[in-house]
Amino acid sequence: MQPAELTAIDIVTAVRQGDLTAVQCTLAFLQRIEAHNGSINAFLHVDAAGALATAERIDKRRSQGLPIGPLAGLPVAVKDAICTADQPTTCASKMLAHFRPPYDAEVVARLRAADAVIVGKTNMDEFAMGGSNENSAFGPVRNPWDVTRAPGGSSGGSAACVAADMAPVAIGSDTGGSIRQPAGLCGITGLKPTYGRVSRRGLVAFASSLDQIGPMARSAADCALIMETIAGHDPGDATSLTGGVPRYSTQLDQPLAGVRIGRVPEHFAAGLDPEVARGVEEAFAVFKAAGATVHDIQLPHAKYGVPTYYLIAPCEASSNLARYDGAHYGHRATRRDEEGHRATRRDEEGHGTAPHTPGAFESPLVEMYCRSRAEGFGPEVKRRIMLGTYALSAGYYDAYYAKALRVRRLIRQDYLNAFEQVDLIGGPVSATAAFKLGEKTNDPLAMYLVDLYTVTANLAGVGGISFPCGFTKSGLPIGFQLQAPALGEGLLLRATDRFQHLTAWHQRRPKSIPSAGPAGR
Amino acid sequence: MNASPTAPFTTIIGLEVHVQLQTRTKLFCGCSTQFGAPPNTQVCPTCLGLPGSLPVMNRQAFALALRAALALNCTIAPTTKWDRKNYFYPDLPKGYQISQFDLPFSSAGHLEVVDPKGAFAPRDVGIIRVHLEEDAGKSMHDEAAGTGDTRIDLNRAGTPLCEIVTQPDLRSPQEARAWLNELKLLLVYLGVSDCNMQEGSLRVDANINLHIPQPDGRIAKTPIVEIKNMNSFRSVERALVYETARQYQEWQETKAEMGSKPKQTRGWDEPAGITRGQRAKEESSDYRYFPEPDLVLVTVDAAQLAAVQSGMTEPPTELRKALESRWKISAYDSDVLVNQGRELVGYFEELAGAIGEGKVASNWMQQDVLRTLNERGGTIDAFPVTPAGLADLIRRVTAGDFDTSRAREIFAEMVTSGRSAADVVATLGISAVDDDELLTLCHELLAANPKIVADVRGGKEQAAAGLIGQAKKKNANVNPGKVREKCLELIRAMG
Ligand SMILES: [Zn+2]
Repeated sequence: MQPAELTAIDIVTAVRQGDLTAVQCTLAFLQRIEAHNGSINAFLHVDAAGALATAERIDKRRSQGLPIGPLAGLPVAVKDAICTADQPTTCASKMLAHFRPPYDAEVVARLRAADAVIVGKTNMDEFAMGGSNENSAFGPVRNPWDVTRAPGGSSGGSAACVAADMAPVAIGSDTGGSIRQPAGLCGITGLKPTYGRVSRRGLVAFASSLDQIGPMARSAADCALIMETIAGHDPGDATSLTGGVPRYSTQLDQPLAGVRIGRVPEHFAAGLDPEVARGVEEAFAVFKAAGATVHDIQLPHAKYGVPTYYLIAPCEASSNLARYDGAHYGHRATRRDEEGHRATRRDEEGHGTAPHTPGAFESPLVEMYCRSRAEGFGPEVKRRIMLGTYALSAGYYDAYYAKALRVRRLIRQDYLNAFEQVDLIGGPVSATAAFKLGEKTNDPLAMYLVDLYTVTANLAGVGGISFPCGFTKSGLPIGFQLQAPALGEGLLLRATDRFQHLTAWHQRRPKSIPSAGPAGR
Repeated sequence: MNASPTAPFTTIIGLEVHVQLQTRTKLFCGCSTQFGAPPNTQVCPTCLGLPGSLPVMNRQAFALALRAALALNCTIAPTTKWDRKNYFYPDLPKGYQISQFDLPFSSAGHLEVVDPKGAFAPRDVGIIRVHLEEDAGKSMHDEAAGTGDTRIDLNRAGTPLCEIVTQPDLRSPQEARAWLNELKLLLVYLGVSDCNMQEGSLRVDANINLHIPQPDGRIAKTPIVEIKNMNSFRSVERALVYETARQYQEWQETKAEMGSKPKQTRGWDEPAGITRGQRAKEESSDYRYFPEPDLVLVTVDAAQLAAVQSGMTEPPTELRKALESRWKISAYDSDVLVNQGRELVGYFEELAGAIGEGKVASNWMQQDVLRTLNERGGTIDAFPVTPAGLADLIRRVTAGDFDTSRAREIFAEMVTSGRSAADVVATLGISAVDDDELLTLCHELLAANPKIVADVRGGKEQAAAGLIGQAKKKNANVNPGKVREKCLELIRAMG
């Protein structure tokens, strides 16, 4: 078997036993990236030299009989919203196109300490805002199952690189479904842990009260392995949860007898694609066969999830993104007097998105702010900054933000009530399988609805996992989502692992990924 | 211009004071708060506002803020939260300041100011709230470069800052200044802040308007003005005096009352001695406050409050009363001593204890120690004469070894040379002059000065002063008062 087809568990076992070197493994994945990234555009940055140097160090340590970490030799791709000291961190934005953080995110530091090999940074929707990965300033990611389709988003690059065997594992972040939805559309397994289970330190903030980092891999077992390294309290993140991290991988192989899974009838209302509905119902049948029981439950306020999310997330984003003002780092608009030296008058008046009328700005400083932000941010980011700024403004706060917080509490209460009756809640990840690139780009509201089944977990702060439960007739993956009470990652991984012992959907691979295609960046 | 009984209005003043807390590290990161380091050397991803960085609350800063609030008699909220105050400015690297909006950690306190000379009646000033927030960095406009460039120093960004907001309870610029002095004294005593205005660790904004009784009995209120840019308590007083006059004049010209226009902000121009209106744009701001999602609620329990309280030293108000009763000194004396700081009070108490007398110790402190400190500069800790050394000197005066004026000379020599009283006395050949010596000396003086004797006998007693200088030349140790007294006695005896 080619190393690039091995699971994460196989890789770390083989490296530990000496059946595979870290260098061989890293090279195999780098070759896959070399061959397919041109058509998929999953990676914004590949650090071949750095990855090989790390791999060599690990092999040397192993050959000297020195201890190696639990993830020794495992290539890992990291979403470009997560800071890496030795690689750019752009958030797929022109604003941070040349930004190199001076520090590693906590998750990256933990991965490195476990001897994982960071191979590169994955494409995403700009600042994680989007559900199709079409909002990247560096071109969309293409779905390995059909390159005319979107991989989902915002962690589209992370999902696609795992689906295309360019990395066995990727790290994503999920604010309203950004791990689970692309995992579902790309046929891989993605876990959004409980809010606070994985440190957010070094994750470029989109919506701080909703953001959560999690693993994306080919199976629940691989996700469990990664969670053991990245989860756990970080004193540097005040919202990080205390409490020990279970050895998730040792708890997997257990029957599901007695596990109660909730099913929300509203999930199957109009709007859900029939093929997806069928796949999801079949997954429930698999769980029943495995000994679990399925119960209809209510989440009465879930229908307000999307509007609630689209108030809270933009409000926080409008504040979190205020720091990108051109003053300290990131994109700064060229000064007009400097431009004058280089550009003709016509150029000066013809280009740029900010008004150039003399006197349009109250000061040169404000002009620099406005033009830097106008040039540095893409349209979806601007839309959300405006939404959030508006909703937080004097006179609107109570009607929008404060009300959204109240609904959020109701949604959280719905979950608490539901989890008194069931242990897990199952259902679809998204209403359809992967949609065509460009299909929703002119309809922001339709795009916002791709988060319909996922946002409520973020609003409630609970964990969720998505994994393939079938394929459409046209060969696109169908995703299934499980949600658990706070700190229920162990049960999410265990149930998914059981499902993956009884089915083989997660082992399917896209047949032929074009090795040359539309250029990426 | 103060609220004197003759002024045709009442002046209404409220203050907003920002105080940097004396912590070793910043409010939300581990960077040093040391003043004066080269620009941008005390920074990290968090206080630079780099992408992905997160704040973690400094418990020590919160405890110091609790101490300040308790000393200001505030109610402490059992739970408090952080909010983001959003605005764009280059010295605010995150584009928002972490502050407290609707649930400050403390509220509803008061601090009284008393003028022991009675320049104004004791004034108990209400504190609306005390909250904690992070400081911004500093913008320095580079005039020298001539490019209009602004340089940013973020060393100060993230320094813990307490904002203290008073009720509009002050009634004159003089009271405002006195109250600020009292506040500063309190905070320095408690080790909450060094309150150094030059280094920006204490900053004051003032709100002021006038209440003007009308012939119909109604009270007309002038529009409230907020004054900024005052760099000393003296500036605060001057700015308020100026603004009082300006508002009264404006009232007479326009009859504009509160509510007729939005609250105005005026900047104090120290060299010109006037306040200037600031651009309307800077006045209206919508800070879009919302709860800071990167931090968690802070709860304060009884045990924590008790710990803070037990770690607190006597605040100045209590110390003044304690000195009065312990050493039987006047309220005025105790005020002067306490206002000089805790170290000076310590010196005084040691001195008073050594000589067993408060009033004498207080006099020496005020007339000699303080005067010398003022002349020489420096702090009481580094004063060359120890309380024990000074006590020794005072005991010799009480014993009649020499008089007070001679003692002052000895004291001056002790300060300059750092030597003990005994040592100085020995070197200068100072010894007590006995009655026989004095009598002999006076006889000699009278014999040598028949003109003075005649003048005195003719009724011009002040002529005797001429004898004193001569007496000192003959014997430096003589007591001038005694010489004068003895000579007059001898002349009167001549009949
Ligand atoms: Zn710092």
